[in-house]
Amino acid sequence: MNGVPMAYGLILAGILFALGLAGLLLRRNLLLILVSIEIMLNGAGVAFVAAGSRWGQPDGQVMFLFILAAAAAEVSVGLALLLTYFHRRQTLDADSMNEMRG
Amino acid sequence: MLQLLWLVPGIPIASALTLALFRLSQRTVAWIGTCSIAASSLVSLLVTISFLNTPPASGAYTQVLWRWFDVSGLRPEMALYLDPLSIIMMVVVTFVSFLIHLYATEFMSGDDGYGRFFAYMNLFVGCMLTLILADNLLLLYLGWEGVGLCSYLLIGFWYRDPANGRAGRKAFIVTRAGDTAMVIGLFLLFHELGTLNIQDLMHRAVQHWPVGSSAALTAALLLLGGAVGKSAQLPLQTWLPDAMAGPTPVSALIHAATMVTAGVYLIARTHVLYSLAPRAQFAVAVIGAATLLMAGFSALTQHDLKRVLAYSTISQIGYMFLALGVGAWPAAIFHFMTHAFFKALLFLGAGIVIESLNGEHDIFRMGGLRKELPVAFWTFLIAGCSLAGLPLITAGAFSKGWIIWGAYSATNGSAGLWAVALSGVFLTALYTFRMIFLVFFGQQNSQVTRKPGQAMIIPCLILAFLSIAGGYIKTPFARFLDAVLPWNSAATPSVSFGENASEGFTAVVFLLGVGLAYMLFLRQRKFAATLTSSAIGSALHRFWFADWGMDWLYDRLFVLPVIWLAKAGKGDRIDGIYTGVGQVNELVWRGMSRTQSGRLRWYAAAIAAGTVVLIGVVLFS
Repeated sequence: MNGVPMAYGLILAGILFALGLAGLLLRRNLLLILVSIEIMLNGAGVAFVAAGSRWGQPDGQVMFLFILAAAAAEVSVGLALLLTYFHRRQTLDADSMNEMRG
Repeated sequence: MLQLLWLVPGIPIASALTLALFRLSQRTVAWIGTCSIAASSLVSLLVTISFLNTPPASGAYTQVLWRWFDVSGLRPEMALYLDPLSIIMMVVVTFVSFLIHLYATEFMSGDDGYGRFFAYMNLFVGCMLTLILADNLLLLYLGWEGVGLCSYLLIGFWYRDPANGRAGRKAFIVTRAGDTAMVIGLFLLFHELGTLNIQDLMHRAVQHWPVGSSAALTAALLLLGGAVGKSAQLPLQTWLPDAMAGPTPVSALIHAATMVTAGVYLIARTHVLYSLAPRAQFAVAVIGAATLLMAGFSALTQHDLKRVLAYSTISQIGYMFLALGVGAWPAAIFHFMTHAFFKALLFLGAGIVIESLNGEHDIFRMGGLRKELPVAFWTFLIAGCSLAGLPLITAGAFSKGWIIWGAYSATNGSAGLWAVALSGVFLTALYTFRMIFLVFFGQQNSQVTRKPGQAMIIPCLILAFLSIAGGYIKTPFARFLDAVLPWNSAATPSVSFGENASEGFTAVVFLLGVGLAYMLFLRQRKFAATLTSSAIGSALHRFWFADWGMDWLYDRLFVLPVIWLAKAGKGDRIDGIYTGVGQVNELVWRGMSRTQSGRLRWYAAAIAAGTVVLIGVVLFS
């Protein structure tokens, strides 16, 4: 049980989460924003798994399975919305969705 | 039959509600509106006949409908009181109203607000009858305010012209000044005597207050305030000439024949109170005398046909007040009756003339209408003679002669008041015949475009008959009224001439007035023109034309200060606090709404930043 120290796992999780957040904030393409969200979710999953292995409990991996399920659902709904939006507007630019301001 | 009494005010009010609630065709409106008044006047005739055949033992009949409310000792009832005084008022009001409604069916035809007009008019008649038949002062006050409301609504009937709305407001506010005094008078009477039932009130007043006591004087003067406002007497007469902005049937019904005499009725109804306060009664006489002279002079200078008649109304009600003040009670009520006939007729005639000349009001642009409008001419002439007091024939001469005799011989009468009343006759004859000569004689200046129809002519003919025949019932009238309103002759008659001599003087003065009018306005028009263009003449003319500067004075004294105060109060500091709260809120709102930019990525960034801040707070605190 003394493989990778937990700090490494948490650092990886932090890097993944930060990368995802940066992608979310900087990308304008909706598809890539979705991808970024996936990366953030995976970052969170890595943190759970690392914590689970630190205390030798299965809970962390169970949590990750839940996250996977939630992510799959989120992606399927997100992609459906995205397709509809693309059909309507012929664009995937997130900044074009600013008509409900104020 | 007497049990039907409640129908007299009930029918017009019910029909007013019907007309107000349902949208009906013009024909239906005319039928409902006129028939309700006809029914009301028929019922009032039936009631009167049964009253005369089997007079109640107490001399009066009271019909209690229901108890209005019961609050700590104040238990006014919805009750109607019928005695000779209210019978006369009731019959005259319903009958004259019926004729004027009939006239209005044609006069108002084609008007947008036909249904509204008849609803208001019916409501007015209902309120007036409530006022007349009320058994207690509170119910009387309800009717009193009701007629005031209808007057306001009908003066501003053609509300699209702001001037009409202004005239309506003026009438409402000026009479309100008097009404306030009257309400305080009611409070005082209830506080001192513990009831508002008129008959109880009079009995208790006689028991509790000695003649000349200050409580009686105060109460009488406060009620007089209300009467002065409603009856357009000095100093609250300024609203009546402006009230002519309403349709002519309204002027005839409300501002000549019925409502403006409510003050006379109030004083007659509470005359016991005035007998207890001789000084208040004398004030009534002085107000009447002053008003009849001032209004007479003003009437002499007006150009507008309806304004001449308005001032003449003020002047004639001045006569009634004079009669009340000197103690010639029945003469005042008799003059009310004849005045209702001939003044309503004058207004109806004026309506025909104005209508036929396409809305021309200026008497100097009329002339020679004698041939074109024969019916209007003859009826107008009869009414004019009655107003001016053509002796022996017309009703007005009988009633006015009676008042003039009373001004000399009744309790408070004196030679001075008699002289004032007599000079009033001269003025009346002068301005009446000035009007008649200018409108119907001379050369024709304008084209007649519309002739009156049956519905307008028949009421004129009936009223013309009454303007003559009404005078001959003077003796039975006095006997009928004697039980409630006896003639108060002076205890020690110190008269140096009799009633016939007084009538003779009146006749001579009348002839002088007519003669002068004939000279000035028919034969020597140039002389009248030079008279008014001379320095003194034109100054007096302008002064009288502007109602002795009363409007100007009230503008300066009351209207402008109030407007100034309102403007000054508009930007006050306390209000600033509340406005400030509002402004801060608006500022915050603008800032917050700026953040809602609709940009998805900014929202995400804001959420991320917020999370970082929250984690920071948790970690480092």
